[in-house]
Amino acid sequence: MINRRDFLKNAAKGIAGLALPLAAIEIVSPRKLFAARGDVGKESKLRWAFLVDTYKCVGCGLCVKACKLENEIPYDANVTRTWVERYVLTKDGRMFGDTPKGARDGFATSKIDLGGGKFQDIKKEDIDKAFFVPKLCNQCENPPCVQVCPVGATYQTPDGVVLVDRKWCIGCGYCIMACPYGVRFFHPVHKVAEKCNFCYHRITKGMKTACIQACPFGARMIGNVKDPNDPVTRVIRTQRVSVLKDEYGTRPQVYYIGISREVI
Amino acid sequence: MKSHVWRPLFVALGIVILILIARQILVPKDFGIHERGYMYGFYRKSNEEDWKNFAVKYRSAEYCKDCHSDKHSMIMQTPHAVIQCENCHGPALEHPSNPPKLAIDRSRAECLRCHFPLPYPTSGRANIRGIDPEKHNPDIECTMCHNPHKPKIGGTK
Repeated sequence: MINRRDFLKNAAKGIAGLALPLAAIEIVSPRKLFAARGDVGKESKLRWAFLVDTYKCVGCGLCVKACKLENEIPYDANVTRTWVERYVLTKDGRMFGDTPKGARDGFATSKIDLGGGKFQDIKKEDIDKAFFVPKLCNQCENPPCVQVCPVGATYQTPDGVVLVDRKWCIGCGYCIMACPYGVRFFHPVHKVAEKCNFCYHRITKGMKTACIQACPFGARMIGNVKDPNDPVTRVIRTQRVSVLKDEYGTRPQVYYIGISREVI
Repeated sequence: MKSHVWRPLFVALGIVILILIARQILVPKDFGIHERGYMYGFYRKSNEEDWKNFAVKYRSAEYCKDCHSDKHSMIMQTPHAVIQCENCHGPALEHPSNPPKLAIDRSRAECLRCHFPLPYPTSGRANIRGIDPEKHNPDIECTMCHNPHKPKIGGTK
């Protein structure tokens, strides 16, 4: 038979015990840990972001060609780190879109690839608006692909780029499923997850990414959003830009000028 | 009561210790939690260097223009000035040492990337002059008549 004194004692211990795990997580929060080590004080002054002007894009696909050759993506395999989508919206409210081979060879036909060997040609006078949208990894601030990796093979660098460790990746494919933008794929040669990394080997040397360099029309730009005087940052801050799938909460860092709500 | 409970427990403990020792040996020292915390920063730090050391292949027109100044200055006076040399000539890599000669893409498909007419009202593509590839000399390469470094027949700009 338990007496009142023991009951109260045990109840107090029990509540303290239940509260402990939460407190323990709080004690070793990495932010505080790094602050104690003095790492957070010198928080990265660099955060890469990308800007795409879809008015300037002509759909030549030279960016896709350059990306594939620069980053050693098998040229004829139907996988690519960056690609260009074509959107054609007609006056009667229909939408057509295609990206044959990721636009590796550009768009040298007016026939839109509907899949299954079917093509649709749309007359000039029926077009309401039509444009090209280059796509690449959004290097999200909250990358879902990184959250799901069970082995720590994909991660975000302090300057915001999401990378894949080819030695560490076990090829499970969770990240490929987790990306809402479909930018990840399985590398046919290395047998690991593969994605655009803003040409990390080039931007860290002060060069432009291969796709930016290859673009004849300046439709692609890269910049540092932590530098208020950076031309890309200025556009992002002062002009009307949009991001893809904002509602997913991933905080993507590829900004677009001139896309409409049909773009997904 | 004594041995038949404790013996398997010791075996289990031994396995746990073995796994911990193996982990200590197999997992690199720089693998752990880095700047972005548990959720986004759990990785092998030296992989950042692995990616930084990836070979650069596209060198840009700045790399070409010192030796090929004649070609460079010619194309700079034409509307094709915006096109990088390597878009048609292929990535320079370590040229001229490796490869000594680049494979030039002279195909019609290369020109049609821009010069197939697509009258899209909200894209820059509508402003580029194009040809119908099925009617405009379909059997020969564009470079038979047009010099890509000096695009208009018999003139610049």
